[in-house]
Amino acid sequence: MKTKNKIITEHLVLQYSDGTESLKDISLNIPENSISVLFGPAGGGKSTYLRVLNRLNDLANVTKVAGKVQLCSESGDCLDILDPNLDVTSLRRRVGMVFARPVVLPMSIRQNLTYGLEIAGERNRNRLNEAVERSLKQAALWEEVQDRLDDPAVDLSGGQQQRLCIARSLALEPEVLLLDEPTSGLDPISTGKVEASLQELKKSYTIILVPHSVQQAARAADYAAFFLQGELIEYAPGKKIFTNPAVQRTADYVEGRFG
Amino acid sequence: MKPRTSPQRRNLTQRFGFIFLRLVAIVAVLPIIAIMIYIIYKGAPAISWEFITGFPSDGMRSGGIWPAIVGTFFLTLLCALIVAPLGIGAAVYLAEYAPDNRWTQLIRIAIINLAGIPSVVYGLFGLGLFVIFLNFGISILAGSLTLAIMTLPVIITTTEEALRAVPQAFRVVSISVGATQWQTVRRIVLPQALPGILTGVILGLERAAGETAPILFTAAVFFLPRLPSSAMDPTMALPYHLYVISTQVPGMSSEIQYGTALVLLIFVLGMNLIATVIRSRARARRQW
Repeated sequence: MKTKNKIITEHLVLQYSDGTESLKDISLNIPENSISVLFGPAGGGKSTYLRVLNRLNDLANVTKVAGKVQLCSESGDCLDILDPNLDVTSLRRRVGMVFARPVVLPMSIRQNLTYGLEIAGERNRNRLNEAVERSLKQAALWEEVQDRLDDPAVDLSGGQQQRLCIARSLALEPEVLLLDEPTSGLDPISTGKVEASLQELKKSYTIILVPHSVQQAARAADYAAFFLQGELIEYAPGKKIFTNPAVQRTADYVEGRFG
Repeated sequence: MKPRTSPQRRNLTQRFGFIFLRLVAIVAVLPIIAIMIYIIYKGAPAISWEFITGFPSDGMRSGGIWPAIVGTFFLTLLCALIVAPLGIGAAVYLAEYAPDNRWTQLIRIAIINLAGIPSVVYGLFGLGLFVIFLNFGISILAGSLTLAIMTLPVIITTTEEALRAVPQAFRVVSISVGATQWQTVRRIVLPQALPGILTGVILGLERAAGETAPILFTAAVFFLPRLPSSAMDPTMALPYHLYVISTQVPGMSSEIQYGTALVLLIFVLGMNLIATVIRSRARARRQW
């Protein structure tokens, strides 16, 4: 079976005004319904690449972006993500994001989940409630919070908050889910829950994960991309890259010889 | 490393240090307490139903201060209606939208300098612009506008601080789920900053309510036999009334003077109390 590409990146170049972390000629195709892992030492451009995909880089001081990045739908239509006239709010509904630190909005659990839908104009109570239940189940949090949906979200534990953040993205039914070190602040048990739910989620979503360790990368990856100082060094199926990488620098990093 | 002094010695130094700091703190609050006790002691006997609700009589030497209370109330209220939208709007622009460039730096410097202008200068400005040029005459409207301009920098500054205190992460999350910047400001940032904004607005108005100089040439009159019936009428006002009966009326009983001062003090401290309650309740509910 041939896999379809969800995101097509060709010769992406990006620079920040302060000269930090940049991207140098990245070409990378992300297949749909899989987990693609972006790994490598800090400052390599992984987060920057993620933030290109939902145009969150618009908030930062980016001096230069060039190349082509496309988001392709089921029917084969592709959207030019870098188009300056693009409606970024609708792009961000299609490409959800979860951050390293769980940031719950200062409202109830339920409101955290319905926020994105409400600002998109959804008013129907039933549909909102359905989205709450569906997204919480997908993020493996429903069992724990179903009786207290109207409690403040900050009352949840760190691991629960991060799963709520995942659910918040899923409530919008995005096509792509970006996760930037989603388990960096979590204990091993919470990490396990998040990783397990990602394996479920990839059946219906395209997932791009920046892992917080090489071990997590190896556990989660269907495909893995090794980023080093703004360059894409190697991109291959996870099994290959973590057992038999083609490039020496990838091997050195995977085996812990630097980084 | 061996300490050069014995533990007993250091303990003693610490004890004296604390005593000294405590004394400094007491010295700082002492004048406030002294003023309040003095005003209450001298003014309380004047307070009566008639004093609060009556008109002045016998050339201010007896009767009540009702028109001054009403005047200050409406001056402050109208000032609030003018300054709150302006000040909050300007602060939202500066905190959420404005790029950090020469132009916005200039605006900030202007605001800081505006806060330092003496209130009597605002009074003269109000006389020139509102009373004479715009032909509002000596009126509540002219006075409220003058007070509003005087209060504006305080409200902009405190509102901007309250907005900046809202964690940046909330904005990023809101944007990342497809909110526009305005939706983010309206649905996340403003509600979170609201207690801080209200506190700033009330403290600004508190200053406006107690000022004499800005209304001296723009709104206040010595005596009115009736209450003002519209914003275009001149009015009596508590601080101006206090100034008048303390300096312009010979043979004035000090009881009425201090009674008036006490009412003004209660008016202003009451606003302060509201601000404090809002702040502490918001702090208890805050989730970050």
